[in-house]
Amino acid sequence: MSHWNPAPFAQQLLDLFASLLLLIAFAMLSQRRILTLIHLFAWQGLILTLSIVDSAWLTHQPHLYYSAGLTLLTKVLILPLLLHRLIRRLDVVWDVETLINIPTTMLVGIGLVIFSFNLALPISHFSSTILRNTLGIALASVLLSFMMMITRRKAVPQVIGFLALENGLFLAATSATYGMPMVVELGVALDVLVGMFIFGIFFFQIRETFDSLDIRHMEKLKEE
Amino acid sequence: MEILVLLSFPLLGGLWLGVTGQRARAPQANLLFSLATLGAAAFLAMRVLREGRVSAWDEQFVVDPFNVFLVGLTAFVGTTTAWFSRPYVRNEVQHGRLSENRLRLYHGMYQAFLFTLLVALTTNNLGLLWVAMEAATLTTVLLVSLYRTPASLEAAWKYFILCGVGIAQALFGTLLLYFAAEKVLGEGGNALLWTHLAQVKGQLEPTIVSLAFVFLLVGYGTKVGLAPLHNWLPDAHAEGPTPISAVLSGLLLNVALYAILRTKVLVDGALHQPFAGHLMMGFGVFSVVVATLFLMRQKDIKRLFAYSSIEHMGLMTFAFGMGGAVANFAGLLHMTMHSLTKSAIFFAVGHASQKSGTQLMEQIRGLIRTSPTIGWGLLLGALAILGMPPFGVFASEFLILTTAMHEQPWATPILLGALGVAFAAILGKVQPMVFGPATGQRLPHPPAILPVFLHLTLVLILGLYLPPALAIWYRQAAALLG
Repeated sequence: MSHWNPAPFAQQLLDLFASLLLLIAFAMLSQRRILTLIHLFAWQGLILTLSIVDSAWLTHQPHLYYSAGLTLLTKVLILPLLLHRLIRRLDVVWDVETLINIPTTMLVGIGLVIFSFNLALPISHFSSTILRNTLGIALASVLLSFMMMITRRKAVPQVIGFLALENGLFLAATSATYGMPMVVELGVALDVLVGMFIFGIFFFQIRETFDSLDIRHMEKLKEE
Repeated sequence: MEILVLLSFPLLGGLWLGVTGQRARAPQANLLFSLATLGAAAFLAMRVLREGRVSAWDEQFVVDPFNVFLVGLTAFVGTTTAWFSRPYVRNEVQHGRLSENRLRLYHGMYQAFLFTLLVALTTNNLGLLWVAMEAATLTTVLLVSLYRTPASLEAAWKYFILCGVGIAQALFGTLLLYFAAEKVLGEGGNALLWTHLAQVKGQLEPTIVSLAFVFLLVGYGTKVGLAPLHNWLPDAHAEGPTPISAVLSGLLLNVALYAILRTKVLVDGALHQPFAGHLMMGFGVFSVVVATLFLMRQKDIKRLFAYSSIEHMGLMTFAFGMGGAVANFAGLLHMTMHSLTKSAIFFAVGHASQKSGTQLMEQIRGLIRTSPTIGWGLLLGALAILGMPPFGVFASEFLILTTAMHEQPWATPILLGALGVAFAAILGKVQPMVFGPATGQRLPHPPAILPVFLHLTLVLILGLYLPPALAIWYRQAAALLG
C-alpha cells in the first residue's frame, strides 16, 4: 500500500482558494449593497488567510504563518470592523447603489481575466515554486478591483475596491514568491491601516461639504 | 549612524509638532527641525564624499553618490520651504483660512512628509522604498485638503485614489522583481536589497524583469506626473497650501523619478537592450508635449506652474531614458535646477496670491509696484524656469537638447517646439502680473523674500560656474546610473 502524499491535495486546495478569491472579486463587482460589500471583503480576506496558511504548510516557510496572522488581523478583523463603524456613523448601512450595465461589466471582467492569464503565462513557466497557477488569478483579481473602483460612483465602495486590490496583490506576493520579507509586509500593512484612517476622515469631510458621499459632486476640477 | 541621525530629526519633528504644532512658535520649531535635518544631511554628504558609500542597519539603508545628492537637495529645499512657510501660515491664520488644529496637522505632516522622502531616498530595500512612497502620499493627502473647500477636497480625493492605484501597480512590479531576484539570490530578505540585485542584475530573467519595469514605470510614473497619468498633479498643486505645492513639485516628483531610475539600472543590466530607456523617452516626450498644450489655457497661477513641472519632469525622464554619461549628467543637473527654481517660483507665487487674495492670474496685477521683491522674484523665477541664460536651467536644457541631437534626432524638433510654446505661454501670462496697474494689499506678516532669492542666486551661480567638486560628484552619480 502506497503512502498517501498530502502535497497534491494541498496544491489543489490552493487553486481552490485562489479561484474562490476571484469569484468574490466578481461578486463585489456586481454587489449593490454597501453592507454586503463589506462582508464580501471580509470573506475575501479570510480566504486569502487560508491560502497563505496552505502555502506556508506546502513550502515549509515559517514566516508565512506570521504573514497569515497579519492578514487575518488586518483584512478580516480590523478593516471590516472599521468599515462597519464608519458606515454606521455615516448612516449609510442600508445604502443601495444603482449600478448600470451589470452584464457588460461582467463581460469586461471576463475579458480582464483572460488577459491576465495570458500575461502571467510566460512568467509562470519560470516559477520554481509549486504555486504557479495562482499568479494569473492574482493579477485578474487586482484588475477586477481596479475596474470596481472605476465603475463605482460612491466613495465607500470605491475604497472597498481599493482594499480588495491590496488583497489581490497579497495573493500575488504569496503565490509567485514565498511572500515578501517581513519588514516590507509590516510596512505595507501599516500603510493600509493609516490609509484607511485617512479615508475615514475624508468620508466625514466629504459628507460635511457636499451633503452626500456621491463623488459625482467632485467632478468640477477639469480642464475646459 | 549618520543615516539614522538624519532620519531621526524629521521623525521627532513630526511627532513633536503633531502634538504642539498649533502653538505660536510652531513655525519656528518647524524651521529648526528642518535645519537640523539639513545639518545631518551635510555631515552625511561629507562622509559619502570621503568614503564613497555609507550603509546602516544591515544594509537596509545605503547612501551612495547618487542618492546623497538628492538627500542634500531634499533637506535644503525642505528647510527653505519651512522658512517661507513661517510668514505664509501666519498670514493664512490672520486671513482666517486656517484654524489652530489645522496648523498642528500641517506642521506635523510637513515633517512626516520630509521623513518619508528621506526614507525613500536612503533605503536600499525596494520594498521599503514602496512603503515610503505610499506613506509620502498619505502624509500629503490631508495637506492638500487643508482648506476644506469643495475644490480642495476633490483634489485630495483624486490625488489619493489615483496615486493609490498607481502605486499599487508599482507594488506588483516590485513583487515581480522580487520573484525574478529570488531565483538568483535565494529566498530571504536579501533579494530586495538594491546593492545585492545590482551585483547579479545580468542573471535576472529578462521576461519577468521587463514586465516588472512596465508596472513600476506606470506606478511610480503616476507620482512623477508623467502624461497621461498626470491628472492629479495640477489639482493637488492648485488647491493645497503653497508651501506644499513647493515641496510636491520640488521634492516628491524627484523622489518618484529616483525610484524609477533605481529600477532602470537593474532592468538595463538584465536586458542588454534599451527597452527601459525607450519607454522612458516615449513617456517623457509625450509629457512635455501634453503639458505645454495645457500651459496655454491656464487661468490659475498655481495650475500654470504645476503644468510646467510636468513639462520639466518629462524632460528629465527623456534625458534619463537616453542614458549615457552626458545625458544622465544633464538629467541630474536639470533635477537640481528645476527643484530650486520651481520652489522659488512657488514661494513668490504664494505671497503674490496672498496679497491679491486670489490665484486667478487676471486679478493679480502690478506686483512690481506693490512689492518689488515679489514681482522681481516671480519674473526672474519665470525667466529661469523657461531656460533663459545665464540661469542654470539653460545649461541643463542645452545639454539635454544637444545630446538629443546626437542620440535621438527625432525628438529634438518636438522638444524645441514645446519649449518655445511654453516660453510664449508662461512669459505672456507672467508679464502682466508683474507690470501693469497695482491691485494688491499689504500683508499682516512681511513675506519671506530670502528663500526666493537664495534659490535663484544658487541657480544663477550654478548656471555660470559649476564647481569642479560638484561636477565630479554629478559625474559619479551619473556613472552609477549606467
